[in-house]
Amino acid sequence: MTATPLLSVTDARVRFGEVRALDGVTLAIRQGECIGLVGHNGAGKSTIVNVINGGLTPQEGQIAADGAPLMHWSVTEARARGLRCVFQELSLCPNLTVTENTRLMHRGSLGGWGWRGRARAVISAALDTVFPGHGINPAATVGALSIAQRQMVEIAMAFSDAGIAPRVVILDEPTSSLDAGLAAQLLDHVRRFVGQGGAVILVSHILGEILNTATRIVVMKDGRIAAERPARAFDTAGLVAAMGSTAKAQARGTQGGRDAAEVLRLTLPRGLPFVARKGEVIGLAGLGGHGQTEALVALFEAASPAWWPARDPAVTFVAGDRRLNGTFDLWSILRNMSVASLPDLARRGLVQAGAEAARGAEWKDRIGIRTPDMGLSILSLSGGNQQKVLFARALSTRAPVVLMDDPMRGVDIGTKQEVYDIIRAEAAGGRTFVWYSTEMDEMTLCDRVYVFRDGIIAADLSGDAISEHAILAASFAGAA
Amino acid sequence: MSLLRKPWIWSFVAAGLVWFVTIMATGGASTIGLTQATLTFAAFSVIVGTGQMFVITLGPGNIDLAVPATMTLAGTVALKYMDTQDALILPGLGIAIGIGIGVGFVNYALIKALRIPPIIATLAMSFIIQSAAIATNRGLRIKPPDAMADFTTGLTLGIPNVALVALGITGVAWVVLMRSVYGRQISAIGQSLPAARMAGLPVDGLRLATYVLCATLAAVCGFLLACFSGGAALNMGAEYLLMSIAVVIIGGTAVAGGDSNVPGIWGASLFMFLVVSMLNTYGFGAGVRLILTGLIIISVILLASGRQGATR
Amino acid sequence: MRWRPSPEALRLALPVMALAALLVSVFVMRPNVMGYNGLHLLFKLGIPIALATLAQMVIMSVNDLDLSMGSFVSFVACVTATWLVDAPLIGALMLAGAIAVYAALGMVIAARGLPSIVVTLGMSFVWAGLAVLVLPTPGGTAPGWVAAVMGARPALMPVGIAGSILIAVLAHLLIMRSSFGVLIRGVGGNERSVSRAGWSVLLARGAAYATAATFAVASGITLVGLMTSADANIALRYTLLSIAGVILGGGEFTGGRVSAIGAVVGALTLLLAGSFLTFLNVPPDWQIGAQGMILILILALRLLLVRLERRGARA
Repeated sequence: MTATPLLSVTDARVRFGEVRALDGVTLAIRQGECIGLVGHNGAGKSTIVNVINGGLTPQEGQIAADGAPLMHWSVTEARARGLRCVFQELSLCPNLTVTENTRLMHRGSLGGWGWRGRARAVISAALDTVFPGHGINPAATVGALSIAQRQMVEIAMAFSDAGIAPRVVILDEPTSSLDAGLAAQLLDHVRRFVGQGGAVILVSHILGEILNTATRIVVMKDGRIAAERPARAFDTAGLVAAMGSTAKAQARGTQGGRDAAEVLRLTLPRGLPFVARKGEVIGLAGLGGHGQTEALVALFEAASPAWWPARDPAVTFVAGDRRLNGTFDLWSILRNMSVASLPDLARRGLVQAGAEAARGAEWKDRIGIRTPDMGLSILSLSGGNQQKVLFARALSTRAPVVLMDDPMRGVDIGTKQEVYDIIRAEAAGGRTFVWYSTEMDEMTLCDRVYVFRDGIIAADLSGDAISEHAILAASFAGAA
Repeated sequence: MSLLRKPWIWSFVAAGLVWFVTIMATGGASTIGLTQATLTFAAFSVIVGTGQMFVITLGPGNIDLAVPATMTLAGTVALKYMDTQDALILPGLGIAIGIGIGVGFVNYALIKALRIPPIIATLAMSFIIQSAAIATNRGLRIKPPDAMADFTTGLTLGIPNVALVALGITGVAWVVLMRSVYGRQISAIGQSLPAARMAGLPVDGLRLATYVLCATLAAVCGFLLACFSGGAALNMGAEYLLMSIAVVIIGGTAVAGGDSNVPGIWGASLFMFLVVSMLNTYGFGAGVRLILTGLIIISVILLASGRQGATR
Repeated sequence: MRWRPSPEALRLALPVMALAALLVSVFVMRPNVMGYNGLHLLFKLGIPIALATLAQMVIMSVNDLDLSMGSFVSFVACVTATWLVDAPLIGALMLAGAIAVYAALGMVIAARGLPSIVVTLGMSFVWAGLAVLVLPTPGGTAPGWVAAVMGARPALMPVGIAGSILIAVLAHLLIMRSSFGVLIRGVGGNERSVSRAGWSVLLARGAAYATAATFAVASGITLVGLMTSADANIALRYTLLSIAGVILGGGEFTGGRVSAIGAVVGALTLLLAGSFLTFLNVPPDWQIGAQGMILILILALRLLLVRLERRGARA
């Protein structure tokens, strides 16, 4: 361990508004090692990955490559030094062939006459090495490949060598769409690559992969490194324990009775069914992107007509991604709040300004929106207060079911407490909440929790069975 | 100073300036005539422009290119049906409106069913409508009923009647846009379709209604224009394709949707007609006029994008 | 492993089959067009339409749309029929300047995030105005060399067909086979990852617009060569025709999915559809309407094809 690190990050700190995504992380990547990176949602895994690959500059901290501190670290600089990253999202052009994508990814080194032949040779060699017997034709259009094949091409692309050899490869959930055989091939290659002096950072929710492949395991929690040990010093139980916090009991109301009326049901193709009853607070847990948002949207679409106005709305929705499907940026706070209940505030089709203002004032007090004037732009509010407006928008409708899509992302702790209280009060009044959250604490506030993994409901926990340990165990394959 | 911050004020300022410059050229001789002509011709742009504005409010990519063909078809069919009889004026108007509603329905049906951009759906539709108009017209020029001809070319208190009609329509449009539930909801769709959907709005129904509204206003405008110009001509809608879009954008409505502007349509329509008459007065030909129109549209978009960039 | 046609081949099959079916129907209805002269007349306007369609295709490959195509080609035609005859150097400079304007537009649209539809709509006024200024009344003459090339009578097939094939092959090499073409289509397919790989998306878009303008300039010049004179409205319908041709040829509005050979086939199909409707005794009144219906029909067939493709990919 005396070799100079290929890349090192020292005391990196990243804040997004109120949230500390990285709170002083120091990590060094040396030749010949595979770092397994694990942690629950919001632990800081993707943030540190983004810092390392040059996509994000930390507000504080240093980055050094080959022992020399760097002033300027960017994606281009990182690529030039042989750092490659396989993202969870598709980073290929679906309209181009595998060969053509290879050409684009190696900008400087594949140009000129006969590039097609060279690009084909480069990607074929990489595919043959990582996934022997892959059966992918480099002349095939990426969009026509299966999801697993695309993932294979992305991975092979990262390990491909067209002039600048890969030295550090970051694999973020690389096996999420590969079957067991392909995953085994990949992990074999990772071991080979590491054995030949390369370095890999492996992020995965399948703990077996981490334990069997990594040489060193880094456990992250709350933006810090909670544990860092050689892989052989860990076992499954130890990892789950290291990811969790010291268990703290939360007061939980159990108003939603098991025998209350059923208000929502969703039949998923596989796994356990989804059922919600009147007055229940139901949590959707699991790692981000494992089907929770899709389930919420399916529930919403099924109950909310797109062609005619609903006389009595059946469901209402609180968005988590405010920029994508939450706020209306041209509008005032008041209009943002009232948009979901306009028919209730109107007479003969015209919105009654008085009624709207009164409704706004009522919710401004009730949910504590900190603004001098509800007529100000929604963008004048902090993220947490914008989120309160979205809560007020949903809660002020007459809908008996409230769907919440990780609504507390980037919200400060004070606001959270206020909203928790309102949710409990509304649930006591007979409203049903379906609450997807990536934060463990919030799940322990629920009456019942469905844990999602790989798009299906993997566990149905209720009452005292809801614990951080149980949720973690169900979220990570091979830990249950 | 709050008046100066309204985006629509500039189109009026520009219109006033051009009006003044044009009057200067003629030594003030044609002040009344120019003003009345301006109001009359602007009125037609205002009516189609209002419909187009509702569609553009729905957000990026929403545009109705079938507007000119709809105008022509509505004018042609209605005039043929009325056959110069005053008694059939109301049913004739009804037929025009019916054509508008029908076109709007088919437009949105194509957009939804074929999942194609509105621009292509309305374009394909405009071909079909144009053919229908040609087939109905057969080169005949049927005169409008006398009462309609008198009404559309007449004045009330010195103001052209069509301008009063346009004023009425924009008045209603303003109330709908600013105060009604529907106006609020289409503004929401224009700002973010996913957010509007997740706020529980019936987005498909609202978009359908908007395309129907636009086509209906185009049909009404075609009806009035055909009566005004003494008969329906097959190319009578042609110049309103670009004009309807131009007046909306120059009037300060956001191209990106969600923020529309009724008074601006008036300012822009007056401005566009006055630019034409000013250039005519000073002896410039169609070429300069077209170039200037194009440059005005492009600079307005560039300015608007700069404004957004500054506040972001 | 069972052989399955690639999705690209399937996409191309639809326009090729449409073209073949139209051609056969025309031959059946009018056997006398089967000779050299008949085909010459049938495909006479093929070259300029194919070029304009390719121009539109390049714009569409970066997810934009050019509504000024028709007036731009008209403008080029007017310059060709006047300046390019009287003062070839100035004429050539004017056309080069127009290409530069296109490149600048492409970059401004990209840099400011403007809607290409509205910007090109504005530009359509500008080109139309310039065309009127250059050539106020219909007239002018074709430059001698252009007229000579377009009036050639090659041995094997009429110039319209030979030229279209040549253009299709050249465009295929440039857009589908070269690094440059891959970059442009990559920008349409996944702009973010292209820029993450270190390319300048702004320059790529500017280059795409310049390429499109070059095709459009060629379209205007060849058009004058065929018509031997020009007017400011000579090619206005090319805007719609070019969009329809790209779509018919297997292109998509977004995602950088285009096909150069498909676009040329699509353009020729639309050209032939016009003659077909005439031979079919469709009253001239309904000719435009029939074009609209053909466009809708094609889009419906396309949707069906995409659905089948998806089902195939899932299986």
